[in-house]
Amino acid sequence: MTTGTYTPRPGAASLPRMIAAQAALETKMLLRNGEQLLLTIVIPTLLLVLFGSVDIVDTGEGKAVDFLAPGILALAVMSTAFTGQAIATGFERRYGVLKRLAVSPLPRWGLMTAKTLSVLVTEVLQVVLLTVIAFAMGWSPQGNPVAVLLLLILGTAAFSGLGLLMAGTLKAEATLAAANLVFLLLLVGGGVVVPLDKFPDAAQSVLGLLPIAALSDGLRDVLQHGAGMPWGDLGILAVWAVLGLGAAARFFRWE
Amino acid sequence: MRSDPVVQVRALVKRYGEKTAVDGLDLTARAGVTAVLGPNGAGKTTTIETCEGYRKPDEGTVRVLGLDPIREATALRPRIGVMLQSGGVYSGARADEMLRHVAKLHAHPLDVDALIERLGLGSCGRTTYRRLSGGQQQRLALAMAVVGRPELVFLDEPTAGLDPQARRATWDLVRDLRADGVSVILTTHYMDEAEQLADDVAIIDAGRVIARGTPEELCRGGAENTLGFTGRPALDVASLLKALPADSTAVELTPGVYRVTGKVDPQLLATVTSWCAQHGVMPDRISVERHTLEDVFLELTGKELRS
Repeated sequence: MTTGTYTPRPGAASLPRMIAAQAALETKMLLRNGEQLLLTIVIPTLLLVLFGSVDIVDTGEGKAVDFLAPGILALAVMSTAFTGQAIATGFERRYGVLKRLAVSPLPRWGLMTAKTLSVLVTEVLQVVLLTVIAFAMGWSPQGNPVAVLLLLILGTAAFSGLGLLMAGTLKAEATLAAANLVFLLLLVGGGVVVPLDKFPDAAQSVLGLLPIAALSDGLRDVLQHGAGMPWGDLGILAVWAVLGLGAAARFFRWE
Repeated sequence: MRSDPVVQVRALVKRYGEKTAVDGLDLTARAGVTAVLGPNGAGKTTTIETCEGYRKPDEGTVRVLGLDPIREATALRPRIGVMLQSGGVYSGARADEMLRHVAKLHAHPLDVDALIERLGLGSCGRTTYRRLSGGQQQRLALAMAVVGRPELVFLDEPTAGLDPQARRATWDLVRDLRADGVSVILTTHYMDEAEQLADDVAIIDAGRVIARGTPEELCRGGAENTLGFTGRPALDVASLLKALPADSTAVELTPGVYRVTGKVDPQLLATVTSWCAQHGVMPDRISVERHTLEDVFLELTGKELRS
C-alpha cells in the first residue's frame, strides 16, 4: 500500500445499505449453523411428515394434515423468532459481537431491524417449504390470507420479544438450555401436534393463553375451519408482543 | 498536527460497586500516537471504554474529537475505529466475510483485499472465526478498527500474545496510520511498544495518571543515566569533572574503569571524548546506559507483582 492509503475519510454508509448488509449477514450465519437448521427446518419438516402420515395422535375429524399444517407453521415461527433468535443473540452478546457493533455506524435500532428482517426471511423460507410439503400431503387450506399474515406477524413479534428478553438477560449457556427446553415444552403443550382438548379443562384454559397456543389455534381456526378474524388469539399475541418487547427493551444488556 | 486534542478526559471517576476503577483521571491526547501504559487493573480499559461510549462517567467529562461519546454517539461512531481486547466477531463468520461486512457499514472504506493481504489474513481462507488462531483473531480485530478510514483509532492491547512477526506487522500498520494522519490511542503493558510507537505516553496506576510526556521526557526524568568507558588507570578525574556540566559526576570505579553520570546527551558524549583527546587517552568500550521506559514504569508503579 502506498502513502495516503489510510488518510481519514470517515462516514457511515446509508441506513438502508447498513441494515440490508446486517440482515444478509445475520441470515447467512443462521443458515450456516447446523443446530439452527435442525431447529428451524428439520424438526418442523419431520414432525409434519411423521404425524401427517402415521396415526400417532388423534387429530379429530378430517385429514390429519389439515390439523397439523397450521400447528407446524406456528412451530416454525416459534423456532425462528424465539428459540433461534434467543440462542444466536445470546452468543453474539457473549462473544462481544453486539458490543463491537454498538460502536459501528449501525445504530442499535438498525441492528434490531436487521435481526427482524433476518427472522422474516427465514420464516418465508420455512413457510414456503412447509406449505409445499403440506400440499403434497393433500392439504386443503381455507380462510382469509390477511388473517393468516396478521397472525404470523403478531406471533413473530411476541416470540421475538420473549427471545430477546432471554438473550439479553441470561448467560449464553443458560439461554441455550432454557430456549430449547421452552421450545420442547411448548411443542408438546401448545397445541402444535397435540390438540389442546386432550388436556384437562383447568390446564386448557391456562395453556390457551400461551403465545404458541394462540398462534396455532388462530391459524387452525382460519386455515382449517375458514373462520374470519380470530380476534381472541390476535389479542393474546398482541399482549405477549407488548409485554415481551417492552421487557426486552427495558432489561436487555448489550454486554 | 498538534492542534485540538483528539481526546480530552477531565477528572474522570468510574466506580463498579464498591471498587473505584478510575479515580479522578485527566488525560489529553493530541494528534499522533498516544500510549496508555499501566499494570493490570490500573483502569486503562475502563478509561478507553468510556471514550468509546460504552461506559457513562460517574463524575468528570470526556470529549472525543470534541464530542460527547454517549450523547453525540451517532456523530462520533463513524469517525472512530475500535479494536476490543477480544471477541467482536460472529463465531461462524470467516475473517474476510466479517471485514467486508464492517466495510459495508462505512461510506468510504479501505480496499478490503489489500488490507487482508497487508495483515496476512489471506491464509485464513474459509476458516470460521472460532477456529482462527489467537494472532489471526487479533489481526482481524485490528483490521476491523481501521477499515472504515477513521480519524481516531482505539486499540486495546493490540499485540497482547502475538508472536514477534505479527507484532512487527501491527507496529508497522500503526506507524503507517500515523504517517497518514490517523490518531491512535493504544493501551499496552509492553514498554518497548510504547517506546517504539508513541508520541506521548501516559502512565496510569490505581485509576490516575501518574506520569506523562514523550518517551524521551519520561526516560530523562530519572536523571540517572550513565556513560562508562575504560582507559589507562589514574586519569585526572577532577579535570574531567571540570569540563562537564554542573550536575554531573565522574568517578574511577576500578583502576581504568570510569563512570560519568548526569544528563547523558550527545553534548556530554562529545565533551568526554574531546577531554580524552586532549589528554591523549583512547577511551575504550564507551557505553551509554539510558533509562528505558521500563525502568521509569517500574520506578513509578512499584516492582511488586499485583493481583
